Amino acid sequence: MRIPCPHCGPRTHEEFTYYGDATVRRPSATGPDAEAAFYDYVYTRDNPCGLHRELWFHQGGCHEWLVVERDTRNHDIKGAVPARSVFSADDAT
Amino acid sequence: MANRYSIFSLLKESLRGHRGWAPAWRDPEPKPAYDFIVVGGGGHGLATAYYLAKNHNARNVAVLEKGYIGGGNVGRNTTIVRSNYLMPGNIPFYELSMKLWEGLEQDLNYNAMISQRGVLNLFHNDSQRDACVRRGNAMHLHGVDGELLNREQVRKLLPMADFDNARFPIMGGLMQRRGGTVRHDAVAWGFARAADSLGVDIIQNCEVTGIRQDDNGVTGVETTRGFIGSRRIGMACAGNTSRVASLAGLRLPIESHLLQAFVSEGLKPLVPCVVTFGAGHFYISQSDKGGLVFGGNLDGYNSYAQRGNLPLVEEVCEEGVALFPCLSRVRMLRSWGGIMDMSMDGSPIIDRTAVDGLYLNAGWCYGGFKATPASGWCFAHLLATDQPHEVARAYRLDRFATGRLIDENGSGAHPNRH
Repeated sequence: MRIPCPHCGPRTHEEFTYYGDATVRRPSATGPDAEAAFYDYVYTRDNPCGLHRELWFHQGGCHEWLVVERDTRNHDIKGAVPARSVFSADDAT
Repeated sequence: MANRYSIFSLLKESLRGHRGWAPAWRDPEPKPAYDFIVVGGGGHGLATAYYLAKNHNARNVAVLEKGYIGGGNVGRNTTIVRSNYLMPGNIPFYELSMKLWEGLEQDLNYNAMISQRGVLNLFHNDSQRDACVRRGNAMHLHGVDGELLNREQVRKLLPMADFDNARFPIMGGLMQRRGGTVRHDAVAWGFARAADSLGVDIIQNCEVTGIRQDDNGVTGVETTRGFIGSRRIGMACAGNTSRVASLAGLRLPIESHLLQAFVSEGLKPLVPCVVTFGAGHFYISQSDKGGLVFGGNLDGYNSYAQRGNLPLVEEVCEEGVALFPCLSRVRMLRSWGGIMDMSMDGSPIIDRTAVDGLYLNAGWCYGGFKATPASGWCFAHLLATDQPHEVARAYRLDRFATGRLIDENGSGAHPNRH
């Protein structure tokens, strides 16, 4: 697999560290259902067969966290964007 | 049973030109309803159906398989069986499995080529030796055999291993002599044939596409071959567990990951037992045909692809050559991938779900094959009685929420590690 790093160009995935599902968000620790929300956040996953948005850290390159969209059926990578752009857009909403 | 396999039936058929053999199992049309449906015709699903019929006298059981028998993980593993576990929640379960393996061929009337050639975990430094001693003691406390071998004893077994490796010298190993290998296809076929002879319908090319429920729980499954009713449905779907469970609205503590395995060209006897390399993640055994069967770690990212990438191939081969330098010019014959249902603590789940009548058997990570008979035994018990089997009590689905994890890897619950 080659991951198209927005800073470094297409690089082999050996340069990256995988960090799993990029769609889970840390819940509020003070919410009324905090315990259940943290269980979901820590343990349960959609685990889709198909497009998966996931975090990769470019350890052997620019040290950017990326959100990569990849098809888990054939490892076809649709694109990669800096994670900060995804997470700051989430915070804004 | 149409044919009971024995030396006499073989001689008889030899004289008749082998024209009298019946198919090992039927190919029935699905009935409108069953007492029990097992989703997934892999080793665990077939074993579950067999023990439902044998231990619980269930006569109206169906196994639904989306592909063909033997096409999934039961034919994609490295055939190793062992019970050298550490945690109290695990040892009794895997030891039950080991005991069932020991009597399986007679029970199923099928030659599964069970070979108790031993499983040897090597250690390369003092702390690893301490860990092996601790594991061996835990095994002894549960009545499991384990034996600490010193360097010279290991050298006798593995003369070609690299004992003088500067970074990872072999100091000894923990041997379980009752462990070994089993021919995995024969396990699938043997369970399928034995279950079929007890009346279980094995329905292939039948993918579950929906799970119907009413106020009292499940009522049946939609499949590519029509609706099939049942009030007791067991899921044994390995890498596809999340997909099937999502049909009932369940979201599980499981990720699907890719594990590769490899076979070399045939060689003269080199590795007499199963050997694991303690300095990395590598294990190797030698098949009866002489091919070296080996594997290593997961590729490390979510996947349903059943094929891997090259960096992991390189890593596994590097570790193999570090352990056995003589392998450096051996040619690799085949490689393949399977999809592992990685649970978040590395241990399996055999439990009820939030939906009445729907049961879960999943989270086998990379250790599903050795568990096949005990998994079927315990899952059949759960399906038939609605109560967990004594040795599978720790395999609860809610343990992640309650903090009762079975942390066999010693690495803690870390969903992104798998």
